[in-house]
Amino acid sequence: MNAHSDPGVSGTPVPPAGYKDAPYDVELVAVSKSYAGTIAVDTISLRIPKASYCCLLGPSGCGKSTTLRMIAGHEPVSAGDILIGDRNVTDNPPIARGTSMMFQNYALFPHMSALDNVAYSLKVRGVPKDERRARAREFLDLVQMGQYAERPPALLSGGQQQRVALARALITRPRVLLLDEPLSALDPFLRERMRGELKRLQRELQISFVHVTHSQDEAMALADLVVVMEAGHIRQAAPARDIFEKPNTAFVARFIGGHNVVPGGNGSIAVRADRCRIGSSADQARLTGHVSSVEYLGALVRVGLIGDNGLEAAALISDRTFFAAPVEPGQAAALTWSDEDAHALAD
Amino acid sequence: MSLAAPLLRSAPSTKAASRKPARPWPNWLVSWLQVGPLALVLLFMFVMPLIFVVVVSFFDYERVQIYPAFLLDNYAEIFTSAVTGRLYLKTLEYAAIVEAITLVLGFFVAYYLTFHVRTLRWRIILMLACTIPFFTSNVIRMISWIPFLGRNGILNDAVMATHLVNQPLDFLLFSDFAVILAYVHIFTLMMVAPIVNSMSKIDRSLIAAARDAGANEWMIVRDIILPLSKTGMALGSVLVLTQVMGDYYIVRVLSGGKSAGVVSGIATQLNAFEYPPAAASSVVLLVIVLALVIGIFSIVDVRKELAE
Repeated sequence: MNAHSDPGVSGTPVPPAGYKDAPYDVELVAVSKSYAGTIAVDTISLRIPKASYCCLLGPSGCGKSTTLRMIAGHEPVSAGDILIGDRNVTDNPPIARGTSMMFQNYALFPHMSALDNVAYSLKVRGVPKDERRARAREFLDLVQMGQYAERPPALLSGGQQQRVALARALITRPRVLLLDEPLSALDPFLRERMRGELKRLQRELQISFVHVTHSQDEAMALADLVVVMEAGHIRQAAPARDIFEKPNTAFVARFIGGHNVVPGGNGSIAVRADRCRIGSSADQARLTGHVSSVEYLGALVRVGLIGDNGLEAAALISDRTFFAAPVEPGQAAALTWSDEDAHALAD
Repeated sequence: MSLAAPLLRSAPSTKAASRKPARPWPNWLVSWLQVGPLALVLLFMFVMPLIFVVVVSFFDYERVQIYPAFLLDNYAEIFTSAVTGRLYLKTLEYAAIVEAITLVLGFFVAYYLTFHVRTLRWRIILMLACTIPFFTSNVIRMISWIPFLGRNGILNDAVMATHLVNQPLDFLLFSDFAVILAYVHIFTLMMVAPIVNSMSKIDRSLIAAARDAGANEWMIVRDIILPLSKTGMALGSVLVLTQVMGDYYIVRVLSGGKSAGVVSGIATQLNAFEYPPAAASSVVLLVIVLALVIGIFSIVDVRKELAE
């Protein structure tokens, strides 16, 4: 990451006063968004600590992209305030926020070369041609796209286009980089590779990334702070491990995956599927029924179970345990777990 | 079983459908039969008359008769006659002015329709409003300018009523002003439609991306919308230029006979039964228009636009 640390390259935009001191990069205070009667985002509040990787996670239509666009300034808020650093930017245009956005389909300008795409935000700031091209080249090098500088986006692969889009978003040296489903257009192999690179860049640049995704794997792998959204509300905002170990609602437990939500003493409880075992109905059975599916996943085997009460559940078992006592679909079976693995849910 | 049964039953029929039906005729014959009708129409109604015009342009003539010959005199006259030269210059002048005005006007009308009219419904309503002038015939449209722009017309009466001038404005009617006004009135739509088509293909996220980079409205127009609307502008320009250069009716009515273009000259020659020079002039005009069109298409690649 030479481009960033090089003191000879001056930063744009100039960090605002108090840049060093603010403990949060982004603060949403009771932010709402409604379109002609329908409420897309309903009074959400969120604090994203300095230099952290935050994932907004949720099913489509949950308001996560709208929230991102409101932070970016591409969507006016209906109510509430947005702070970047410690400045209230609610009414500022995108350029005056210290944010930069990477769009879902990358939104590269098709009539410009990769280099001119990256240099564009310097062009609108009136940076002389040679200087902005030199700077754009540094950022293309940062994302290993230096040798494709002169190519138009149409001659680049999806992954390459994404790198160019990343360079274009970073060249303004934003305090917060906003990424709208950045990996969804890539094939699975490339997705994992880019995932690693995004995390690396975030660490090296020491800025905040706000990343919108509907993939819990992506959120878990990347985020310091996972924000699970549903129907315009934040259901839970916590580090990935807290979300996985202590989901606070049935929705979060189901959406994050890997959990069985079953009725408990008072209200529902969540049990991680990898803490469940398949046993015969005799020993301390929690849920009896029959096996509905067996999926071999390599190191693990996922055994699906339909309870006698119609409840669906699953157990993730190591391959060794499974093949020691294999079960077949249709076979009667019971799910067991120990009390300390049961986690009470709020609803 | 209940799910699998229909699948099994349909299997043989899909196999039969994928089998190639035997054609009674060879493929090459089928292709020729398919393109034949249009090819014949084009051959007899376009290519042959054109060849005929080119051939006649070399003929000799005298009063009402024409004689087969191979003379270059008709062409020589076009390039040496001062009158013909003025006609060509006038036509090019009209074409250039109308092109410039309709291009600017068309671009901004299209820009407004595409990016500032929010709902598709209003976009369609406003687009249809642009076509209202075309609800009447060309003749009525042109003639109705006369009571509007005339010495005692509506516009002059209104201007006089403001007491800003104390005599009617004469330049309004039977002038280049009137001719260009009428051209712009009719042809702006031909510019608007292809540009709207180009602009509506511009991905909105490109504009959001430009705004995110810090571009203001004007920079977005200059750096994003204008370059990505070039194909529409090229197609619109071709439509406008060919129409203006091929017109003789509007220029005659609205200049009151004071002005004339190349086609006016050709019409005069035809009325006098001077077919060979008229044919030669047609050929020269055709070459000029073709050169313009080729010029425009060499600057802007329109294949992309037409292919989509």
